Amino acid sequence: MSYLQINNLKKSFKDDHVLKDVNISIEKGEFFVVFGPSGSGKTVLLRLISGIMFQDNGNIQMDGKNINQLNPEERDISMAFQNFALYPHMDAFENIASPLRANKSDDETIDKKVKEVSSLLKIEHVLTHMPKELSNGQKQRTSLARSLISKPSVVLLDDPLRNVDAKIRFEMRLELPKILKEFNTTVIYITQDYREAMALGDRIGVLYDGKFNDIEKPRQVYNNPKSLTSAKLFGDPTINNFTTNVQINNGSININIGDEKFIGKNSNQNINGKYIVGIRPEDVQLSNKKSDNSIKVEFRTKTPLNLKIVYLIKFLNGVEMLCSVSENESLSIDENKELFLNIDYSKIHLFDSNNEETIF
Amino acid sequence: MKPYLWSLFKFLAYIAIIVFFLFPILWIFSMSFQTNDTILQKVPSIFFTPTFKNYIGLWEGEISIEGFATMYVFFKQNLINSLILSVFSVLVTLILGVPAAYAFARYKFKGGEDIAFTLLSFRFAPALLIIIPLNLYFTKIGLYDSYFALVWVYQLITLPLLLWIVRGYFEDISVDIENAYRLDGHSWLKSFFYISIPLARPGIAASALLCFIYAWNNFVFALILGSSSIQPVTVGALAFITASAIPYGLIACGIVVSVLPTLILALFIQKYLVQGLSLGAVKG
Repeated sequence: MSYLQINNLKKSFKDDHVLKDVNISIEKGEFFVVFGPSGSGKTVLLRLISGIMFQDNGNIQMDGKNINQLNPEERDISMAFQNFALYPHMDAFENIASPLRANKSDDETIDKKVKEVSSLLKIEHVLTHMPKELSNGQKQRTSLARSLISKPSVVLLDDPLRNVDAKIRFEMRLELPKILKEFNTTVIYITQDYREAMALGDRIGVLYDGKFNDIEKPRQVYNNPKSLTSAKLFGDPTINNFTTNVQINNGSININIGDEKFIGKNSNQNINGKYIVGIRPEDVQLSNKKSDNSIKVEFRTKTPLNLKIVYLIKFLNGVEMLCSVSENESLSIDENKELFLNIDYSKIHLFDSNNEETIF
Repeated sequence: MKPYLWSLFKFLAYIAIIVFFLFPILWIFSMSFQTNDTILQKVPSIFFTPTFKNYIGLWEGEISIEGFATMYVFFKQNLINSLILSVFSVLVTLILGVPAAYAFARYKFKGGEDIAFTLLSFRFAPALLIIIPLNLYFTKIGLYDSYFALVWVYQLITLPLLLWIVRGYFEDISVDIENAYRLDGHSWLKSFFYISIPLARPGIAASALLCFIYAWNNFVFALILGSSSIQPVTVGALAFITASAIPYGLIACGIVVSVLPTLILALFIQKYLVQGLSLGAVKG
């Protein structure tokens, strides 16, 4: 039995079925990331776990006990909100001390613990400030400190890095796992950023369409997504996909996109029929030199994205495709000359054309 | 326009505004220190020998005006009545209205909007419309001429006012702030008293002040539903105008005294009216 066990959780708002059937088991001390597009019900899920909202159906068990009927204050769960939710009329010290005041700790303990946690989060120098005097980064650290100080069994973090700027986000991504290790607590972390999910999570759950599509280790979700949806969500720029005829015959693959033929090596089982072919933009190479199996393409446009350059290219039959190329490589590409594309056929993904489930 | 001309113009405009608004008050204030003779002289003068006769008369309830018989007024009792009625009306409104406003702001329950609107609609009907039936009811159940009855009826004026203003303030507080407090381990009741109420305090203070002013200035309910023993200053002031004399100095003096409590309250409450407390705690 896992530490936090959630079964058949359902929640709808009028006709909007936000969560249809959510099942997870999370181990003690695990860092579990809930990843999904906006509106997928991530925040609702956290609210149900914390008790701010109650589910329509289903079960939440913690440490073997049902907590469905418990009020938020009785659950031993803390939460850091996306919008920080600091108490505007209390200074940072009192904000952080609030959980200790609730369990009636004496002033000396409170003082000691607040100092401890705030030095860990590097906010000792702003403890006397009111929330409106804090920068966004400091607010976020204060709210994090508040959620950690009483060492709750489960900490829920609702996209805590969403509202801070890129520099602080990067810093916190490095720091957060270290800080959370100190508290040795079970963490459920929400994010919309797949890189953040991969950087932080022990496991990642891809929440989509009211249920978890994938619950896997970070690399696994990226390399072997369970469905086209997971594959699309996990990757930036998103995976190229074409619905087309595919044949694999004794180690060689044959794909037709329009009248363009792609032939390469692929050692999967023999198949023949209509499938969805998924090609990650990073699994292709672009160059000015013609080589074996390379395909002539036309340049459309390019844009930088996180140390990579994303090219939008067009096959001669008009079908477009995204390719991402490292900055160095892109220097050697002259888009005014002839362009050739090489696909790493061993890395392509194949999905069922009906239910979009992964074949390989 | 040249800068110094502009500032001169602004200065003159300020003076005009100040004179326009403050002159009547200053004039009444000065009248309260004059006798009827100096007030009524053909060319009014701002130079006179101040007298405390009016204030003393008001306090002692007995004043003699030159050329007329001695007048008896119950102003002291009226003032005490006004205080009792207004203070208790505001207290009852706060006790009933603040939790109700919170409920209307936070919980969507069946008929909630209708109830809130019905309460507001009490303010649509002119008081004169309901005063006669109320008078009949109150006489029948023995509430005529009691503080209790007036405080009750005053709720028609004060409760909807406070309810709708404070409701808006509660709605402006992010629910997540309350949720966060509960997740810290505090009960619902504590989050109401330590989070919601302090954050809505500017609204509560402003509407309580307004309620006090409305209650203080009410005339018609007190006129019909009570005898002179419980009537407030607004009704009591009627007694100043008699067939034999209109003591202007005394009336001015009564006005000055009856404005004072509201003025003091407004100054006292001012610091709670300061807005912007909740700015910056939640990412906008």
